[in-house]
Amino acid sequence: MSTEQTLTINGKKVNFTPGQTILEIARENGIDIPTLCYLDRCKPTGSCRICLVEVKGARALVASCAMPAAPGMEVQTESESVIKARRMVIELLLASGEHNCMTCEANGECTLQDLAYKYQVETVRFARPMEYFPTESNNPLIIRDFSKCVLCGRCVQACNEVQVNLAISFGYRGTRSKIVTKGDVALEDSDCVFCGECVRVCPVGALVEKKARYMGRSWEETKIRTTCTYCGVGCQIYLHIKDGRVLRVSGVDDGLPNQGSLCVKGKFGYEFIQSDQRLTTPLIREGDGFKEATWDEALDMVAKRFLEIKEKDGPDSLAGLTSARVTNEENYLMQKLVRTGFGTNNIDHCARL
Amino acid sequence: MAGLATVFGSGSMTNSIAEIEDADVALVIGSNTTETHPVISTFVKRATLGKMKLIVADPRKITMTNFAEIWLRQRPGTDVALLNGLLNVIIAEGLQDQAFIDERTENFEELKKTVAGYTPEKVEEITGVPANSLKEAARLYAKAESATILYAMGITQHTSGTDNVKALANLAMATGNVGRPSTGVNPLRGQNNVQGACDMGGLPNVYTGYQSVTDPEIKKKFEAAWGVALSDQVGLTVVEIMNAVDEGKVKGLYIMGENPLVSDPDSNHVEAALKKCGFLVVQDLFMTETAKMADVILPGTSFAEKDGTFTNTERRVSMVRQAVEPVGEARSDLEIINDLASRMGLSWTADTAEKVMEEIAELTPSYAGISFARIEENGLTWPCPDKDHPGTPILHEGKFARGKGLFTALEHREPAEAPSDDYPFTLTTGRILYQYHTGSMSRRCEPLEYMAPRCEVEINPDDAAEIGVNDGDQIMIASRRGEIVAAVNVTDMVPSKVVFIPFHYAEAAANRLTISELDPVAKIPEYKVCAVTLKKVVNAEAGAEEEAKAAAQ
Repeated sequence: MSTEQTLTINGKKVNFTPGQTILEIARENGIDIPTLCYLDRCKPTGSCRICLVEVKGARALVASCAMPAAPGMEVQTESESVIKARRMVIELLLASGEHNCMTCEANGECTLQDLAYKYQVETVRFARPMEYFPTESNNPLIIRDFSKCVLCGRCVQACNEVQVNLAISFGYRGTRSKIVTKGDVALEDSDCVFCGECVRVCPVGALVEKKARYMGRSWEETKIRTTCTYCGVGCQIYLHIKDGRVLRVSGVDDGLPNQGSLCVKGKFGYEFIQSDQRLTTPLIREGDGFKEATWDEALDMVAKRFLEIKEKDGPDSLAGLTSARVTNEENYLMQKLVRTGFGTNNIDHCARL
Repeated sequence: MAGLATVFGSGSMTNSIAEIEDADVALVIGSNTTETHPVISTFVKRATLGKMKLIVADPRKITMTNFAEIWLRQRPGTDVALLNGLLNVIIAEGLQDQAFIDERTENFEELKKTVAGYTPEKVEEITGVPANSLKEAARLYAKAESATILYAMGITQHTSGTDNVKALANLAMATGNVGRPSTGVNPLRGQNNVQGACDMGGLPNVYTGYQSVTDPEIKKKFEAAWGVALSDQVGLTVVEIMNAVDEGKVKGLYIMGENPLVSDPDSNHVEAALKKCGFLVVQDLFMTETAKMADVILPGTSFAEKDGTFTNTERRVSMVRQAVEPVGEARSDLEIINDLASRMGLSWTADTAEKVMEEIAELTPSYAGISFARIEENGLTWPCPDKDHPGTPILHEGKFARGKGLFTALEHREPAEAPSDDYPFTLTTGRILYQYHTGSMSRRCEPLEYMAPRCEVEINPDDAAEIGVNDGDQIMIASRRGEIVAAVNVTDMVPSKVVFIPFHYAEAAANRLTISELDPVAKIPEYKVCAVTLKKVVNAEAGAEEEAKAAAQ
């Protein structure tokens, strides 16, 4: 059963499956249509109007993210009228808030900035609002700067359709619209569980990680892909590094199993790595306290004492606890040491706990 | 783990995480998924927005119950009765998958006989779950095209833990929900690399890949590879090691990356034992409660400071990559163990994580096809028996790892410690979203500590009224083994006569109260049930006021 049908985009004939939207088909065929409110895995809302395209014979420009394709459609994605409309949309978005890139955390990874650049929107003819909802920055995790919010609704979809935490929604009406928690209380007093998915999908600088603010520009960071160190899900994460410090953590978009999602521990629980409470040198007991030691002193003592006990009381008088926290390779070596060096199978870890 | 290994032949999650989203029915039992495996919970919650029907079985009113079609609120420690009850209904109504039972399993008749005694009415008596809810849940699960079971420590941390797991396996096999996409019996593992630590032979009875230390052929293979004679005696488990230290039988103990003083049951006993330990070495990131008792402390490194691999709960082996330099003179555990081995006269050659993985692959059939080059992107799920094998997301397809799936006839047994007049409450312990294990990492992260800075004991409003405590009051919780003081959180999350305490907080360590009674097979302690008493703490000032008031009257 062949259900393939064709339409043309920018004069190029392309195949599609009924039910696909113009945006999906364009992306499959390497044709770039800019989007802002569109969020993967979620129902398109068509609210931002950036993805407008021209369809021959249609009365008006259509939102490609929400418009299902029809056979024989002729679509233009960058026609003069499309560009004119997009520039107007961008201008209105820029006029809706304090989009000052100088100190914005999103600078360099901001969809609105990229769009303004691409479509060369330099001046804004419309007046900005006189006042905004106050910025919420009392918790040490997420800052909500409503003067930068473009009300695209991506955070609302991420919270309700992707993470299904059901913590935020659109509130109030018209020019007083705001993304709100239930009862419009602060995030920390709401159902929010600080998974950070809203921050991840915010296309502008309205949702910012407080700890990373003013610590570095996105282009100054190196991203290292690794596996989260908390629970057993094994989420794929990037550690963002600048000057040898972990600045923040983000999910790997297409990484398995988490597909970009994280929880509060994976997202905001990295400070322990470079905590000033870390042990930085071997320590040997001295009375009720400890004295600092060199690795040679410490390891010689450990080897000597273990061998003495083994010699005197036999291999089974020794035991090792390996760890559900360290790597496979380290676990392998630990059990190998206990089995070969100690000579016993007294090796376990807290899997049961 | 021991439970699934016995009845299926492998003790791990049978299916992958991604498949959960496509299941028609999910049974979440003994897992507070939104708090302990938040990202997995998103797969379930998303699915309930679509076609999935969710059954939650938990004594606590956990967040997952908000998404559930049916919530079975069983009394703590009655899971076998509950699961037998589900099977009773399924068999009585002829909803079992007889073809699957006939072809793929054995011992069904024994099971049938036993569960015949667990009528919904009798199960209601034991578990407190209304007979009608039980029937509805049984029908929903059995009639689903694909039904998946997700469970965690709420199932295993009981003296009947192994039986609980086997009962889940019974349920899945009786309805043909094993070996197909979006089905299975899926233990959600609690720590980042607990699966890997088990896979790597961090267990007293097996080498890597669950190869038995008592099998002469296996022993010979490892002796040849490692060049030394090996013991064929099964070693001691964690709790047994602590007992042996206490009895003076184990004199030297090397602890890497663990904090048993907070994580193990009956901490007072662990503390007393470690004090007696002749020579204790602790390797950790921080001066933990356990490290404070050591003779030598070795500073290890965090996951961000080294290369290697973790194996997640779905058996996926993924890369861990060094992102920053180790702090101070800290060294990776790999480097420390290698150095120590050489000082103990062993000559090992694998000095990088990649080379160690090559050695693992050579000795471990299920990891034979795994190498760093192959897992650069999205890892591989074991069994991965050769270099071209794509990995195995679904276990037991067509055939169980042990051949035929084994039904087990199980009887309900009461938990080791029942509530009494002196200790009238049932304590159950677990985790909360914002903290992790003994807190040595999470409590050193300001955002997490800000959200959950103190230990809060959950108490039902009726009980709180009876004791005379309000939200935020200090309360003393005492068991036969110890006592702690924590803040009260009055909530209908817990049923009356049950209290919940997270075990993350050393200053109010839940494990001072817990019982070290073990499941006889898996040797898992019964963290989920012990008997306690509660007493309002009156601080000096308030106490004086009350006395003054009393005197005035």
